[in-house]
Amino acid sequence: MMRMFVEGIGLLGPGLDGWSAGRAVLAGDAAYVAAPTNLRASDMLPAAERRRAGVPIKLALAVGQEAFLQSGCDTRTASTVFTSSGGDNDNVHAINGILATAPREVSPTRFHNSVHNAAAGYWCIAAGSHEPSTSLCAYDASFAAGLLESATQVTIDGAVVAMVAYDHPYPEPLQMVRPITAPFGMALILTPRQSGKSLAALEVEFVAGTTPETTMPEAGLEALRIGVPAARGLPLLSALAGGKPAQISIAYFADNHLNIRVTPC
Amino acid sequence: MGEKFGFESCARIFGTKFVLFLLYGSLHLQPLIISQYTLANSLGTGSAATVSALQTRRSGLIPCAFEDVDLETYIAKVGELDSYRVRSDLSAYDCRNNRLAQLCLEQDDFIKAVDGAKKKYGAARIGVFLGTSTSGILQTELAYRHLDPQTGALPPDFHYAETQNSYSLAGFVTHYLGLTGPAFVVSSACSSSAKVFANAVRMMAAGVCDAAVVGGVDSLCLSTLYGFNSLGLVSRSPCRPYDAERDGISVGEGAGFVLLERATAASASNAMLLLGVGESSDAHHMSTPHPEGLGAKLAMQHALDAAGLQAGDIDYINLHGTATKSNDASEGKAVADIFGSGVPCSSTKGWTGHLLGAAGITEAIIGMLAVEHDFIPGSVNTQQLDPTIAINYRIENGAGKINRVLSNSFGFGGSNCSLVLGRQA
Repeated sequence: MMRMFVEGIGLLGPGLDGWSAGRAVLAGDAAYVAAPTNLRASDMLPAAERRRAGVPIKLALAVGQEAFLQSGCDTRTASTVFTSSGGDNDNVHAINGILATAPREVSPTRFHNSVHNAAAGYWCIAAGSHEPSTSLCAYDASFAAGLLESATQVTIDGAVVAMVAYDHPYPEPLQMVRPITAPFGMALILTPRQSGKSLAALEVEFVAGTTPETTMPEAGLEALRIGVPAARGLPLLSALAGGKPAQISIAYFADNHLNIRVTPC
Repeated sequence: MGEKFGFESCARIFGTKFVLFLLYGSLHLQPLIISQYTLANSLGTGSAATVSALQTRRSGLIPCAFEDVDLETYIAKVGELDSYRVRSDLSAYDCRNNRLAQLCLEQDDFIKAVDGAKKKYGAARIGVFLGTSTSGILQTELAYRHLDPQTGALPPDFHYAETQNSYSLAGFVTHYLGLTGPAFVVSSACSSSAKVFANAVRMMAAGVCDAAVVGGVDSLCLSTLYGFNSLGLVSRSPCRPYDAERDGISVGEGAGFVLLERATAASASNAMLLLGVGESSDAHHMSTPHPEGLGAKLAMQHALDAAGLQAGDIDYINLHGTATKSNDASEGKAVADIFGSGVPCSSTKGWTGHLLGAAGITEAIIGMLAVEHDFIPGSVNTQQLDPTIAINYRIENGAGKINRVLSNSFGFGGSNCSLVLGRQA
């Protein structure tokens, strides 16, 4: 069991325009109204990088920035864990199209944005962070993998960790074989010690065997949870929004899951 | 530590020396034992093939002949893969990257070692943390040439999750080895399969697992060949690391795996150990390293600190040494700042090509082979050293007692990782 504290939360998804706006919806105190994800380029980036930023970079920077503003932490001294099932899906589609026909002219920007850690690279430039940063993928369990890795960094390395999860739809034909329903991102600032800014304590445990997953009571939010790998973290955000002690389970793969205990500070 | 279990109360109960050991120990990495390793690349399958190629200075680089790629460059290719298939029960995972993973797992009694660990700890207590940059993307590149003319759909035999998705590699390996512990892929470009060592260290320290299979696989595809070419980073000749006239990389493919277990005082003596890992970020540019090697320096220093070692304790450095102008200049400055011009260094990419997401694990294993066989690999293809880089770069192979090595892996996005491996001081 690994214990840590949540000091900031970022959220951007369809009908969930920021944590402060989405919190009441996730707590069940306001109705969920689906609307396109309000994607915008981050003012953290220099102009040249801002122009090159695709959807995942917009998602990651928006939620990362929101979470940091809420916390008392410095972006320069926090480690980062980025997790996504797909990376930049628009770009991967475009590159595959370019490579299928002559001349195979992949632009330099397209190529360096195609790496899975593109969002991490842009974040570190924007945040001025020389701290360790990793970029993970575990298909549908990408959120769980990111939280597990973040928990070990907080408890073993004593690091302040910004965990950022994001995913967005592929264009066709890939959308047909890997349907992802909407652009969605979320971020958590996780600290080893409690502070005046701590919102809740999290106790995370990796457990062998299966268990019923915690679901979202509201149908639209449950569809979002199932429809986007990064949104598998919605039950955790919902527990944090509720402000009451809660115990939730998130599936990892078929053989295992995460148990998470949330205790408000 | 809270007040209840502060230094003084712990010291009263357990004795000052023991508590100081715990406090001191917590600053450093508890070494992990490298129980088994294996690799496969253009030099051959299994570690003996790589040792033999290194010692006889036989490079794996050949003029580019891959699919219908029309670039004038050299590549390092694993010839067997074209006719090789993954195990039939896992046929949905069949793609060049997973074929290379399986071919590699079958070498050096690696499966036997994993089976032993399964008996000892249970399949659920062994983690799988693997690096790749492009996974099975070749499968998608080829599928895009065969879209349905009416609907635009991908061919019916295209398996996204099992091939293109970055996790495909770890999904395949967990199924192939029958492991059910925590698993994920790290995809941080060319540092990926070095960074997985850090994941394993943390997971084992946190008690999430008792052993881990770490490593990485990257295989040839059009995205990387044309992509690096667009950046002007691909050489038309076999790559020449640290040469004054170096002009770019040679792309290669390869795989490597390591089985890590916890060390006890008895088991650690004279064993091959993971002594330290250091990670950092450049925060400078997406595809160009920091000109002064700032991130590289941080990664190397963190790795030495984690190992509790000084620069002088390192006997050989396997450099990232991609043979681009900017990487070698930046890394060279960083190495010179920390190690001066004493410690022998080389890049082995003239043999293997740049294995991208598999570079970290391959070069970590080459470092361990240097320790096992007491030799320092030099650098093939390098003719005239860059006079502006003040390090002890070795072109010729050398012999000597090698106890500890440092291996560097740096990637796009400014992602840096250094490993310290070898025997206890």
